[in-house]
Amino acid sequence: MSDPTPADGRTRRFRLFRYRRGDGAPRSETFDVPVGASRTVLEGLRWIKVHADPELAIRHSCFHASCGTCGVRVNGREALACVAALDATTTSVTVEPMANHPVLADLVVDMGPFVDRFTEPHPLVRPVEPAAGPAMSPEGEPHERFEDCIECGLCLSACPVAATDDTYVGPAALAYAQSLLDRGEGDRDAILDWADGPGGAWRCHAAFECTEACPSDVRPAQRIMALRRELVRPRRRR
Amino acid sequence: MTGADREYRRIRAERDRPGPVLRKAPGPTAWFDVRRGRTGHWAFSLNRITGIGLVFYLYLHLAVLSLLLAGPESWDGFLHLATTPIFLGLDVVLIAGLAIHGLNGLRVALIGTGLVPDRQKALFYTLMVLGAIVVVYSILHIAESA
Repeated sequence: MSDPTPADGRTRRFRLFRYRRGDGAPRSETFDVPVGASRTVLEGLRWIKVHADPELAIRHSCFHASCGTCGVRVNGREALACVAALDATTTSVTVEPMANHPVLADLVVDMGPFVDRFTEPHPLVRPVEPAAGPAMSPEGEPHERFEDCIECGLCLSACPVAATDDTYVGPAALAYAQSLLDRGEGDRDAILDWADGPGGAWRCHAAFECTEACPSDVRPAQRIMALRRELVRPRRRR
Repeated sequence: MTGADREYRRIRAERDRPGPVLRKAPGPTAWFDVRRGRTGHWAFSLNRITGIGLVFYLYLHLAVLSLLLAGPESWDGFLHLATTPIFLGLDVVLIAGLAIHGLNGLRVALIGTGLVPDRQKALFYTLMVLGAIVVVYSILHIAESA
């Protein structure tokens, strides 16, 4: 990674959420970080970790929005830190962990409860699948691939229903269930019963914040609507 | 148990304790926190506000109807109050709430049945313009009959 320090020596003020178990209540801490325009939030966070506070807990891996590990909230909005660009005019950047996930430390959340929301079968690692059919549908539209979901958890953070209801399974899990139905995988009736449950598809209130937050164009809200369509079909036609 | 064991247990217990879950706003206020929300969140918040308002109105309406039990004088007294400018203004608020909630419900139904799953923003703006027309018409009608 190249040096993010701007030539003009300007700094940006990063206000970070800090929390460490045993430290008591969370607090915020500010750092003046010399990162220029066209740099990312993750580059700023890494600068802090390398030059100012090696104890800062951040999680990242791929640097190009593929692994989904660096999900945070930047100035109140869900984003992958690795592709959240710092524009030329922003001088103050507030970085917080995702909402609606338990915080482990600083900007790192526990993804366990998020993964637990998915219906079975939900393999964390899938074997590579060779393309079985044409790249385009008969109507000429490209096939949608749910594998685009990188399970970053930003959709759950953005969801206003999940903000007050921890029993709601959330957008990613419901979208995944719909993709199973789409592909004809899993026990169809069991998946529909699961989605029909009290924390399932009917808890969604169509705010579409999940679709807006999704960095991978999975469009969870539209998939939840498609799932509802399946749920209201007469059972014999499902 | 040695002091080191106790310290080890304390550290383990601290490590296993669930961390805080951050919320964008405390409790149900998160529903109405649209500071960083987009069109769909505005629609969601408006539906909640109008829904709660309409439930409140329903009970108020039943309470007002119960005045009939107290005789004609009681009801006439209420009618006198109901035709004051403040009450007529509240009628407009009620009509706006009904229009927003009903039309937004139509939007959710159209999206949820898969008829227009990708047009939720356009539907919201179109239906809210329709709602605004209904409210403006109601204002004119109430003003004319007042």
